[in-house]
Amino acid sequence: MTDREQSGPDTQRRYWRANLKLMGLLLAIWFTVSFGFGILLAEPLNQFRFFGFKLGFWWAQQGSIYVFVILIFVYAAAMRRLDRKFGVGDRGPDD
Amino acid sequence: MDVQTLTYLFVGASFALYIGIAIWSRAASTGEFYVAGGGVHPVANGMATAADWMSAASFISMAGIIAFMGYDGTVYLMGWTGGYVMLALLLAPYLRKFGEFTVPDFIGARYYSNAARVVAVICLVVISFTYVAGQMRGVGIVFSQFLNVPILWGVVIGMAVVFFYAVLGGMKGITYTQVAQYCVLIFAYLVPAIFISLLITGIPVPQFGLGAEVSDGSGLTVLEKLDRSLVELGFGPYTDGSKGMVDVLAITLALMIGTAGLPHVIVRFFTVPKVSDARLSAGYALLFIALLYTTAPAVGAFARLNFIDTVHETAYEDVAGWFRRWEDIGLIGWVDKNADGAIQYAPGAAFAGTPEFTGERGPAGQRELANAPTQAANEVYVDRDIMVLANPEIAALPGWVIALVAAGGLAAALSTAAGLLLVISASVSHDLIRKTLARGISDRQELLYARIAAATAILIAGYLGINPPAFVAQVVAFAFGLAAASLFPAILLGIFHKNANKEGAIAGMIVGLVFTFSYIVYFKFVAPEANNAGHWWFGISPEGIGVVGAALNFATALIVSRYTPGVPVAVKSLVESIRIPAGVERPHMH
Repeated sequence: MTDREQSGPDTQRRYWRANLKLMGLLLAIWFTVSFGFGILLAEPLNQFRFFGFKLGFWWAQQGSIYVFVILIFVYAAAMRRLDRKFGVGDRGPDD
Repeated sequence: MDVQTLTYLFVGASFALYIGIAIWSRAASTGEFYVAGGGVHPVANGMATAADWMSAASFISMAGIIAFMGYDGTVYLMGWTGGYVMLALLLAPYLRKFGEFTVPDFIGARYYSNAARVVAVICLVVISFTYVAGQMRGVGIVFSQFLNVPILWGVVIGMAVVFFYAVLGGMKGITYTQVAQYCVLIFAYLVPAIFISLLITGIPVPQFGLGAEVSDGSGLTVLEKLDRSLVELGFGPYTDGSKGMVDVLAITLALMIGTAGLPHVIVRFFTVPKVSDARLSAGYALLFIALLYTTAPAVGAFARLNFIDTVHETAYEDVAGWFRRWEDIGLIGWVDKNADGAIQYAPGAAFAGTPEFTGERGPAGQRELANAPTQAANEVYVDRDIMVLANPEIAALPGWVIALVAAGGLAAALSTAAGLLLVISASVSHDLIRKTLARGISDRQELLYARIAAATAILIAGYLGINPPAFVAQVVAFAFGLAAASLFPAILLGIFHKNANKEGAIAGMIVGLVFTFSYIVYFKFVAPEANNAGHWWFGISPEGIGVVGAALNFATALIVSRYTPGVPVAVKSLVESIRIPAGVERPHMH
């Protein structure tokens, strides 16, 4: 518990800032793989091959979905660390 | 054993399992009825969410749509999965912290207004009934095709089973039944996909099989062969799109926002014990969903390849049995335009509309059609919905696989129907009756109302399933468009914008709803002949217009909030409190 921040009046504000920053980063990745690679850049990417797929087509029908799953688990894990760091988590100290 | 007996056995056994679980997990309080007491493990909730979310449309229709649309089918794959990222990051944890029973509950409390609550209930009921009618129809189709039961009786049996576990068990019964239903449906989806992938490419993982070489010695990959065969027949290549870029972006985003705004999905995250569990549970839900959604494009491509191989230039007399069986129930039609006795498959509709049979048989033994043939060289009509159901037959898989697919299709349809019926009944008994019309009724009375509302909703859903409005397929655009344009912006602003007030939220929801509703009704029903890219606004089709509706909702809410009285201090501190996980409670009575 050495990394826990001092709880003060602006703890909640800083926690929220950190949360928004994380969210912004993950949503940027979310947008890039789906709307970027899967749609906007699909045609240029289709010139490349990836395990027998045209790359743009693979991002659209396979790759983006895998990344979505990873993003949510990364968010859940990163938020649990933030919760603990700022002392606003929903778990007891033993969890 | 023949396929028929096996199907009865599989379907009967799965129904017995669902009913057994329902009896074991009966709900005793409103908390258990609405949100399973808030005590569901995140993995179990993830499975239940996946079954809840994956409807007859995902199980039966989606691979067929992809098979015939190729790259354009991407909008459904990304649209119906990407929404979970928004749900996990933007909505689920905060709504769980809020800790009540329904989506209108949140809107009503956050915007300190019963008018806002009632607007939310109306949005929710419209969205959910649209959806549920399609599920009951799916149940009817599976019963009539696999068990030779008329559609009417199929729907009645489906209603009886859902009635049993939704009315008795509430959310608790539904959750544990959905866990079982997820296992049945994913098994039923993956087994034939693995078999077919093995047959075509020799690789057992369909996600890899889709990119692999076809094992016919041609040296071409599945997608190359498909592109080549389709171009030879006069179609565009499978891996290229044909829709406008703006429209593809709009539809994908509308489906994502719509997914995140669908009440029966959101409410699933009210059932886990803690805020951190809500985040994690969304991850598990999408993982379980992705298992089917990354398999579907492979199933679609294999099905199209098999379809071309077995049908094109085949004499009707020699065509496989499944072709005739689906022709018998009217989902396939063949008109021998060049009178050569063989089936030619090409782009364009074979004839106008859906098949209408004269009752006569043609020279080759086919059912004669009353429809006027078109100029196109194409001679076959095939309903997209049959691709998944017919796939095991097309690939000549053993009988038990076909029986399994029937049980899986029913699991997908029933689990979604039950989830929808529950949110309808909860919003009626909790938000309309208890919080608006008859305040001060007891928990027991409310539970009774909830059960009556669930039973009534099942009867209405059953009626819609037996007498589907002619536009069932088209109203799907409604459900997503309306969810995107009405509920999602109100919830999101409620969490992220403290100054969003009651006037802004109500005005925003109404503007979003009315705009989206009018646009869809205009292009689908008033002027269907104008439903093309030339007339659409910004080139956005009715399927994607929810994005514009949502943007209008946001803009209206922000502007109105600025020029009307501010948000009460108590509500601001409510927003503060839902932003931190600490202090989460189980849902309780007020």
